Amino acid sequence: MTSRRHELRRYPWHMRDSGQLLLIAAAGVWLVASVAQTAAAGLVDPRDAIAFGALIAFGELLRLNLPGDRETAPIGFAGALAYALLIRVGTHVVHHTAQQVVTVATIGMIIGALPHLAVGRPARVSRMAARLICVACVAYIFRPLAGITAIERHWGLAFSLMTGLTLLALLLEAMLTALLRVDEQRARFKVALVDELRVQLPLGAAVGASALLIAFAAEVMGLAALAVFTAPLLVTQVQFRRWSGIRTTYLQTVRALAKVTEIGGYVEIGHSERVSRLAVAIGRELGIHEPQLLELEYAALMHDIGQLSLSEPIPGGATVLVSRRDQQRIAELGADVIQQAQVLDSVAEIVRRQNEPYRDLGFVPNGLAGHEEPNGPPLSSRIIKAANAFDDLVGSSLDPARAAAAVEQLRLDTASEFDPGAVEALSRVVRRSSVYPVALLSREATIFPGDDRRE
Amino acid sequence: MGKLSRVTRLYIGAVVLVAVVLIARGPFSGLSWRDVFFLGILAILSESRATQLRQGQLSWSASTAATLASVVLVGPIGAAIVGACTALGIRRGPSFLQRLFNTANYALSAYLAGRTFLALGGHVGLPEESSFPLIIAPFAGAAVVHVMANHGLLSGILWLTRDAKPNRPRTGVGLSVRLLLSDLGYAAYGLLIAALWTVVGPFAPLLVLIPLYVARWAVAQFAEQQKAYEATVGALCQAVETKDLYTRGHSDRVSRGSVMIAREIGMHGDRVEAIRYAGMLHDVGKLGVPTKVLRKTGKLTEEEYAAIQLHPMRGLDIVREIGFLDEALAGIMHHHERIDGRGYPMGLAGDEIPEFARVLAVADAFDSMTSTRSYRGARPVDEAIAELRKWSGTQFDPAFVDAFVAALKREGWQRPEAPTIAGGDLASVTAQDHDDPSSPLRVIDSRLGR
Repeated sequence: MTSRRHELRRYPWHMRDSGQLLLIAAAGVWLVASVAQTAAAGLVDPRDAIAFGALIAFGELLRLNLPGDRETAPIGFAGALAYALLIRVGTHVVHHTAQQVVTVATIGMIIGALPHLAVGRPARVSRMAARLICVACVAYIFRPLAGITAIERHWGLAFSLMTGLTLLALLLEAMLTALLRVDEQRARFKVALVDELRVQLPLGAAVGASALLIAFAAEVMGLAALAVFTAPLLVTQVQFRRWSGIRTTYLQTVRALAKVTEIGGYVEIGHSERVSRLAVAIGRELGIHEPQLLELEYAALMHDIGQLSLSEPIPGGATVLVSRRDQQRIAELGADVIQQAQVLDSVAEIVRRQNEPYRDLGFVPNGLAGHEEPNGPPLSSRIIKAANAFDDLVGSSLDPARAAAAVEQLRLDTASEFDPGAVEALSRVVRRSSVYPVALLSREATIFPGDDRRE
Repeated sequence: MGKLSRVTRLYIGAVVLVAVVLIARGPFSGLSWRDVFFLGILAILSESRATQLRQGQLSWSASTAATLASVVLVGPIGAAIVGACTALGIRRGPSFLQRLFNTANYALSAYLAGRTFLALGGHVGLPEESSFPLIIAPFAGAAVVHVMANHGLLSGILWLTRDAKPNRPRTGVGLSVRLLLSDLGYAAYGLLIAALWTVVGPFAPLLVLIPLYVARWAVAQFAEQQKAYEATVGALCQAVETKDLYTRGHSDRVSRGSVMIAREIGMHGDRVEAIRYAGMLHDVGKLGVPTKVLRKTGKLTEEEYAAIQLHPMRGLDIVREIGFLDEALAGIMHHHERIDGRGYPMGLAGDEIPEFARVLAVADAFDSMTSTRSYRGARPVDEAIAELRKWSGTQFDPAFVDAFVAALKREGWQRPEAPTIAGGDLASVTAQDHDDPSSPLRVIDSRLGR
């Protein structure tokens, strides 16, 4: 999968979509203005600036990939927010400006990102820009207020203001990353935002709490607070890394083991992977949320696994060519296999019902007397049905005419067989990918593109 | 904990009595009841979110942080009261007596910690910047005393009830040391809470504990994913095996055998984990071997033999992209190599063969011999061991054969049941087993056969 992406030669300006460019440009302008002002005015409290800069660099060095290729730098972000929210270090009231916060955060981020670049890991400039913009917003709101005596005196006021701003920063980060994802993956903004919040919320809570802790504890402990309250966040981050790691392994394993049907000659090479990419792209087009998208991907990868139970492979492997009865049996056998795992019951259900027609015109699946589900098969099953039929007709061919003909053929069958919504979404996905072949599909169709990348 | 012995009841009674007397003695003057109230709520909340360590026996919570913060903020008596608040923790599980004991235990440990803190020169009250490095020594003393007292009283009760359930797994020393350390870690948070109390008052524990709870959430997520992962790999391996009645469960048993060897030779935990998956996945490539070859009863042609020899490479093709396997990949690829260099696919010899592959080879052959095959019944374990020894040094690595035999003697081996042939086309039957060293595949020799 990785190699396929590298085959295509793409230039840097092709890599960035308009949203990314806009974000980076905004961060850049803000940054240049801030640095210029800071340079003109000189650094206030250089000792604090250096300590926080070092913390931000350290955090950027320990970047973390959350499930779904979400790059974060919890410690760096917490450090930068804390610097923006600082009121006192010990008994000394700090006076640094918002411009200085932005400057220190940027320099720290760049220093922390250098080792990543040195070992050849890509620079995710857009993600760094998003973080920087959040920090800058908080700094520009809070720094002018920090000097007001009322806030210095009343901890309750300061506490609520700082908590509110931290929440704002976290929300803003989620919104910016969701926007980036809308751009990259053609997801819907509302869907992307909910997904983003769901994944980011736990770690975000820890980041926000740590930022507040560092800012407050600096009053009591001085700069030692930076080290003391980074430690718990470090522990948290390590646990998240393990979690993220096993999620990646899980996905890799299902992807890999889904290939056994291909090696066994039961299905055409690459079929499961193509169907899963297509299904996920359709699912995203239809606004399915990420957890369900993951189930859809698993189901699509394993939709033919029931064939393993057949003693002889179907010639050519195309399930479209065998009788409906046999198709249904393969689906049932596959669902049974998946159900064995006991943790993928909804995936098994999707696989079990992958052949059912969209509208029931007299077809009764094995054992079920048709009355159980008046609304027909789940959306994911309908998507897989369409994607599977499309791939059986088109295969690995890249010919747009053939793809268009296949879409037309599916469209003719939308009265009862295929879900018209799924077919229309399929048609949009296919049309897009015929304009920019494979490359675009491969990028938007994997839920977790970065998970292929080994660390 | 329904039926406790008289001694145990007496012990619990004594601990409770001491705790009650110490708290009752006071003095209560100068105690900040507001702080005690908030710290008590913190103790109750952390107790309510306790983690079960072992079903119905031990559980563990972050209340240590609350009691040690109280040691600094409100002194020994206040800390003891905060410790006693854990009684109100909302938690299903502990019986009345267990709860009573836990409460008394916390109160007593907190009181002792508070006394230690004072004895070592600590000052009760809100810490300020000037109290900073100096407060650390008394606090550390208090933390150590708290954790020791807590664990000491607890191990008393564990010792007294040790015979209640004869077959229960031993309390690992590793577990208690880990618990002790993590409790000390939580104790350190007590100081942080106390320090922050100066600035943000009762919000301090909220802020301090959020990252910790998030970390625990991630740990739980990890454990859940890992379980799901294991189950999924197991199910998929089983799917591969359904094709052949006789080899059902083979992967699972090879996995178990390999883990036995790996543990016996003292392999590191992560590697044991990897070899477990290597065992489960070692034969996935067999699916690439045409069914008719697997079913053939007569001698195999060279092409057919080559198809069988290819299966480790096919397996590697499938699992190559699973990142974490690394070393296991080499094991899967080379599990049919022989020490004397006559194996396949590459004909490696001796130490050239990756360690994982040598381990897998032993477990693989052993399970094949102790399972029923269409051409013979299952062999008894002793006979299979004798066969392993016979080929030790030519086919197998002697060190791993010895390790496996030692582990087998200690842990025993569960042989699979003979399969019942139900007919139908769901599964086929292997006529010859490429894993079986005692009856090697018969291949037509091209020089003589033609």
